[in-house]
Amino acid sequence: MSSVRVLVGTRKGAFVLTSDGKREQWDVSAPYFPGWEIYHLKGSPADPSRLYASQSSGWFGQLVQRSDDGGASWQPVGNEFCYDGEPGTHQWYDGTPHPWEFARVWHLEPSLDDPDTVYAGVEDAGLFKSTDGGQSWHELPGLRTHKSGPSWQPGAGGMCLHTIILDRSQPGRMFAAISAAGAFRSDDSGVTWQPVNQGLHSEGIPDPAAEVGHCVHRIAQHPARPDVLYMQKHWDVMRSDDAGGSWHEVSGNLPTDFGFPIDVHAHEPDTVYVVPITSDSHHFPPGGRLRVYRSKAGGDEWEPLTTGLPQRDCYVNVLRDAMAVDSLDSCGVYFGTTGGQVYVSADAGDSWAPIVRDLPAVLSVEVQTLS
Amino acid sequence: MIRVVLPAHLRVLARVDGEVHVQVPGPVTQRAVLDALEASYPALRGTIRDQRSGKRRAFVRFFACQQDLSHEPPDDPLPEPVVAGTEPYLIVGAMAGG
Repeated sequence: MSSVRVLVGTRKGAFVLTSDGKREQWDVSAPYFPGWEIYHLKGSPADPSRLYASQSSGWFGQLVQRSDDGGASWQPVGNEFCYDGEPGTHQWYDGTPHPWEFARVWHLEPSLDDPDTVYAGVEDAGLFKSTDGGQSWHELPGLRTHKSGPSWQPGAGGMCLHTIILDRSQPGRMFAAISAAGAFRSDDSGVTWQPVNQGLHSEGIPDPAAEVGHCVHRIAQHPARPDVLYMQKHWDVMRSDDAGGSWHEVSGNLPTDFGFPIDVHAHEPDTVYVVPITSDSHHFPPGGRLRVYRSKAGGDEWEPLTTGLPQRDCYVNVLRDAMAVDSLDSCGVYFGTTGGQVYVSADAGDSWAPIVRDLPAVLSVEVQTLS
Repeated sequence: MIRVVLPAHLRVLARVDGEVHVQVPGPVTQRAVLDALEASYPALRGTIRDQRSGKRRAFVRFFACQQDLSHEPPDDPLPEPVVAGTEPYLIVGAMAGG
């Protein structure tokens, strides 16, 4: 009998939600690391019992926790993130040079085939790697030291590297996204990087079609069609059919194309999910109605999914790392809100139900499908 | 034996209850106490001071004998009651946030 384990990072701790394959009855754990911000936690595809969690606080800084038993117990591992060499400067909000300073780990991406190898996307934007189960970390400096690096500026949430995609089909190919620098691709395991932002158009920067400077919120890929990427940008939902070489807009009939998360159905590479948010200044759903939008055509044509979701008086947000899909036959879709709700759809979005309603603000949601 | 009081979050992280006691070889300074503390409880590395520079984290304070020692040079000797073990060395999470 299959089961699922949902890993939820919140402003005040981590929670593990478990259910059998029906996804109707749920066990909700007590908080792990209560009182700490858990930006992200994720399991190893190679060993589902191996989990990594990013734990941080404004008082005591960054920790990384590791579990070897599926979250039953945790141990702190290495937490020293030191940029390679002299880190130099990027642009600050006012356009002045600002030294690169480590703030926190936003995203942990375990290797596809080695439980001891894991990547960390950090603020200020940089990519780190551990090959010893998180005990030690070293930077892959080729991204941060790209010639455009000194011109990168932070988004409102900080200059964070929030998306890491490891391409299963092409060893050595990786994608990363930085707010507000844009999307980048490496074809040599992270040694060198190139910006892949052609076709993006951002009104809030001096050159709307600049090579870098775009506030990319999230990128998603289906492993069966690795050259197709979907992007939720600050505004605009975008698609690339050539591994980021060029992008075109697929916002289509969405009520607003602002939002944070984007994800792809586990078995249907053309089925995509977004959560439209009113605007960059109104971080809540249009009209107080929480709606996931689904396209079964790879974008452009979107349908609202409302069954089981609040359709009045709802003013929460769904953050960039707070949506995930399982790989059960009937694909499950999950998302968490800043209001502390975690919703599940066990039928690919047709209907939704809350797993839990009153967690702290949800920062991230990941799901493991266990056999 | 130096008595050290940790803030609640760091007691959880170090998996201790109440005060911790550390042995400090040589002169008892803030740096020596923190070095001994981190050697005994490696999980605390980076949570009180930067691992490379040794600089105190902004929202962490150091008190002893009703004095704020946060801005004192790290290699100055600690007060005699701390050295004698009659008073603890307090590591405090600053009151901030909500």
